[in-house]
Amino acid sequence: MNFVVPDLYQASAEIFIAVMVLVLMLATAFARRVARDLAYMLAQFSLIAAIFITLSTLDTQPSVTFGHMFVSDLLGGLLKLMVYSSMIVALLYGRSYLADRKLDRPEYYLLALLMTLGMMVMITSNHMLTLYIGLEMMSLALYALVAFDRDSARSTEAGMKYFILGALASGLLLYGMSMLYGATGTLELLGVASAVKMQAANVPVLLFGLVFIVAGVSFKLGVVPFHMWVPDVYQGAPTPVTLILASVPKLAAFAMAWRLLAWGLFGLSAHWQSMLMFVAAASIILGNLAALAQHDLKRMLAYSGISHMGFMLLGLLAGVVDGDTHHALDAYSSAMFYAVAYVLMSLAAFGMIVLLSRAGFDAGQIDDFKGLNRRSPWFAALMMFVMFSMAGIPFFVGFFAKLAVLQAVVAAGYYWLAGVAVVMSVIGAFYYLRVVKFMYFDEPVDNSPLRAPVDLRLMLSANGLAVAVLGIMPQALMALCEHAMLSSF
Amino acid sequence: MEFQTVVFYFLSTILVLAALGVVLARHPIHAVLYLVLAFFNAGGIWLLLSAEFLAISLVMVYVGAVMVLFLFVVMMLDIDFARLREGFWSYLPVGAVLGVLLAFEMILVLGGPYFGLDAMPAPEAVAASHSNTRELGKVLYTEYAYPFELAAFVLLVAMVAAVSLTLRKRRASKYIDPNTQLAAHREGRVELVKMAAEKEEPDPTAASGADKVVGQ
Repeated sequence: MNFVVPDLYQASAEIFIAVMVLVLMLATAFARRVARDLAYMLAQFSLIAAIFITLSTLDTQPSVTFGHMFVSDLLGGLLKLMVYSSMIVALLYGRSYLADRKLDRPEYYLLALLMTLGMMVMITSNHMLTLYIGLEMMSLALYALVAFDRDSARSTEAGMKYFILGALASGLLLYGMSMLYGATGTLELLGVASAVKMQAANVPVLLFGLVFIVAGVSFKLGVVPFHMWVPDVYQGAPTPVTLILASVPKLAAFAMAWRLLAWGLFGLSAHWQSMLMFVAAASIILGNLAALAQHDLKRMLAYSGISHMGFMLLGLLAGVVDGDTHHALDAYSSAMFYAVAYVLMSLAAFGMIVLLSRAGFDAGQIDDFKGLNRRSPWFAALMMFVMFSMAGIPFFVGFFAKLAVLQAVVAAGYYWLAGVAVVMSVIGAFYYLRVVKFMYFDEPVDNSPLRAPVDLRLMLSANGLAVAVLGIMPQALMALCEHAMLSSF
Repeated sequence: MEFQTVVFYFLSTILVLAALGVVLARHPIHAVLYLVLAFFNAGGIWLLLSAEFLAISLVMVYVGAVMVLFLFVVMMLDIDFARLREGFWSYLPVGAVLGVLLAFEMILVLGGPYFGLDAMPAPEAVAASHSNTRELGKVLYTEYAYPFELAAFVLLVAMVAAVSLTLRKRRASKYIDPNTQLAAHREGRVELVKMAAEKEEPDPTAASGADKVVGQ
């Protein structure tokens, strides 16, 4: 055994967040009156400081430490930066909503930070053990956050459902990992990759493990046939938690899918691609069709999220065609671009629900958006941007995300899959446009002016404008994704 | 057959039966007790693999602490067994078909040549002085320091989650913060309201509004 002292510098962002979790816990335990504000401030401070730490430790060359368990590469750094910034936005959006309902206990921010730590661990892991521990840290914190409104039967039920199904999915994933370990003799992802490449491992056992791994990853992404929890949990959770659940973990789930499948099991790409093909097509079809029938905006966005994750998988599954890896870079970076664009849109869409809600009133129904143009033309326009972008109408960021993914699918030669995706997104445009129609052509149900704090309004405006601006200039973000993919692949 | 092989099959048979018992037991208490049995046998198998530390900690931590706690929780919970079993028979056909299919596929892969002794040769026997605990201790704080610390944070998440979901301020408690008691003063408690004198009415209910003292 030759032990190498780990290079702590590379993991400084993780260590910082871990220390800040402890600081936040102790500080809020002793600060009685100001505990709520202090917890919020400390959480935001930690996330902002983590941005700077990650920026200063960003490595263009991939390097591993902690006995090959931790990998520091540009892709991980970029995804971590996205996680921090979307977490900052999500905490800011949720604050007034939680305060109105007396839910802004310090534990909320503590769990949010712990969840961030879990996602960072997932994003930077090169080892199935750390990947699994990061996933559990994120999921456990999320289960508790979903059930955070403990006096509401709905929230508790959603938390319970999510917990039981999530535990099952973790079990599947763990079983798959144990099979991979049995076949390759290593838990390290790069080691698994080279063992698969050398054909040293037994392929049927690997495939057997792969099935469970794909199932576990699909559950965490919330795609068909592992989507049953998504609508109920989105609807039952308090809106700020849904906001977090629908956005930030998708980045970590993308990182997990990418690290496990495209990194560790690249040699089996023909097999997992055909599995994902079914999953993606089914998600796009079911998500869009089921969303048509929804009256609850949170449920509608949940089904739309299922179809969006299906679209993201289109990018992942178009990497290798008959052993030809020419398109892999484009395909994977289009999937990453899709994940980032979806997080941006999802934050804005749920942010609008928070904006329209006030003490004792949740704007969860689509009817609550009726006549929004009369009440606030500016926010109606922003919501229109977001809905257009989700529908994939040019020139918003969602359009370019869909375009990039479809280009990858066509380049790989799966024309039928591209056809299904295009037809279903045309059908899906109906329910997004229905929201726009309600906002602009219907009479408002209640005429009360919007009562949201200034910071929420400013951030939401910036978020909505980002959806529009990135739609006009997607090249920068696209190039960034490609660059990150290139340097880490 | 070697003695060790006999012991292995003995323990494994009981382990599998106990695991089946956990799922099939009609009463949750019995299920928990079957789980305890399963843990004991798994500990025994680990002992055969010369993983003494893990075997002992499995028995001490899981059987000794976790399962006993679990037993108390199950006993204290008021579970409606009839409702739990509701819909069992309507789900059974689909579940049974899927389960049998899954089991068949798993047997095909796992029972095949991939995990036989020729594919996975037995590890070399270790010397009698070999200490499993020492080996674990060596890697736990060096190679595996990172996941070890992270696992500690997962426990922290569980703790914070449990506290934030269940801890409530007890309403029945008569405890009063001494700080607020000492900070109390007359002005905060009593408010004297000046009112014009009112004439006594013949109606007795109107007399009560004369001198109004408003408490906090």
